[in-house]
Amino acid sequence: MTPYDYDYLRKLLRARSGLVLSADKHYLVESRLLPVARKAGLFNLTGLVSKLRGPDSEPLIVEVVEAMTTNESFFFRDKVPFDHFRETIMPALIAARSSSRRIRIWCAAAATGQEPYTLAICLKEMGRELKGWRVDILATDLSTEVLEKAKSGIYSQFEVQRGLPVLMLIKYFTQVGETWQIAPEIRSMVKFQPFNLLNDFAHLGAFDVVFCRNVLIYFDQETKIAVLDRLARVTERDGFLALGAAETVIGLTGAFKPVAEKRGLYAPNPLGTAAYGAGNIVSLSNPARAPVATGAR
Amino acid sequence: MKICLVVDDSSVIRKVARRILEGMDFQIVEAEDGEQALGACQQQLPDAVLLDWNMPKMDGYEFLKALRRLPGGDRPKVVFCTTENDVAHIARALHAGANEYIMKPFDKEIVEAKFQEVGLL
Repeated sequence: MTPYDYDYLRKLLRARSGLVLSADKHYLVESRLLPVARKAGLFNLTGLVSKLRGPDSEPLIVEVVEAMTTNESFFFRDKVPFDHFRETIMPALIAARSSSRRIRIWCAAAATGQEPYTLAICLKEMGRELKGWRVDILATDLSTEVLEKAKSGIYSQFEVQRGLPVLMLIKYFTQVGETWQIAPEIRSMVKFQPFNLLNDFAHLGAFDVVFCRNVLIYFDQETKIAVLDRLARVTERDGFLALGAAETVIGLTGAFKPVAEKRGLYAPNPLGTAAYGAGNIVSLSNPARAPVATGAR
Repeated sequence: MKICLVVDDSSVIRKVARRILEGMDFQIVEAEDGEQALGACQQQLPDAVLLDWNMPKMDGYEFLKALRRLPGGDRPKVVFCTTENDVAHIARALHAGANEYIMKPFDKEIVEAKFQEVGLL
């Protein structure tokens, strides 16, 4: 792959997915895209780039973007966000939505479905507490290929063992040969839909909870700011945003602020603007009225 | 340092498990069947047991039941690690007092996830 080929791929990926590749990611690009090249009958990445530059290349561009942006996911990945979901987010929303009894959740980078299904399992485990409630989970991802896998709800033995307690496995999955399929009652709780985070979110409606984990890290500063500001516009004022362990809003936007002592959890900042600056921390001492700004840090 | 008893009749599996668990800061004691493992537990109870099912002399299931009958035998966290990969075996293991269950083949991430799940990490 020539430097020109690499530069072309970097620009293409940034424009189509927001993915920012530093100059030292040649190995990653080769390992992910050589199989795509071979599948298209091409010998190497230079051939792939020539084809991408040519006419009628759109299907191949989609394949390239999907190959580069598909990432591994686990059930209960990082554990803490799901503790926040059970112990902080849901109690606050159950109190705040007691009249409408409706909660909307968005998994904005759902990959192969483990995250939205984990949330669905958490909701199912809440049992009677949510009787009479309507909780919708929208799960989106850029890649239609991973969403197909997600919809099937079928996972390998390796996938179900990374993070999923064995009790949950035998409770919510059926063994199908050497794979495990998630129960229809959990699958039916999640709606999957392809969506590119670089596009406008408005038509998706408003959400009480947004999980957008481990995706901002791949974006440049400008894209991170734009995505966070658009997320703020679709997150209810007393809603929540969960980011990945290596991600933050700090230094990027004042539209969200950290929830005190809840790592990775953020709440819309009613005083904040798209521009960074309003640095209050949210306290959940009164979940019924959460979130409440508690003063400057 | 926490002690993990690795019980498996395959020396290769014991070696792989030892490498993974030492990387997680466990001190390793090895046993090649349930009988040997029970002897080790009578000397000193470990914090964790990584336990195969099918072994000569005493299998993992019988060992687990015997372990749980020992004084203080309810304390060690027991994680099965076996090729018995069906729901019936998993349910039997949990009923006998297993804390978690690994279906072979396994890797470092799976062992870490399961040990974390039972509060060993």
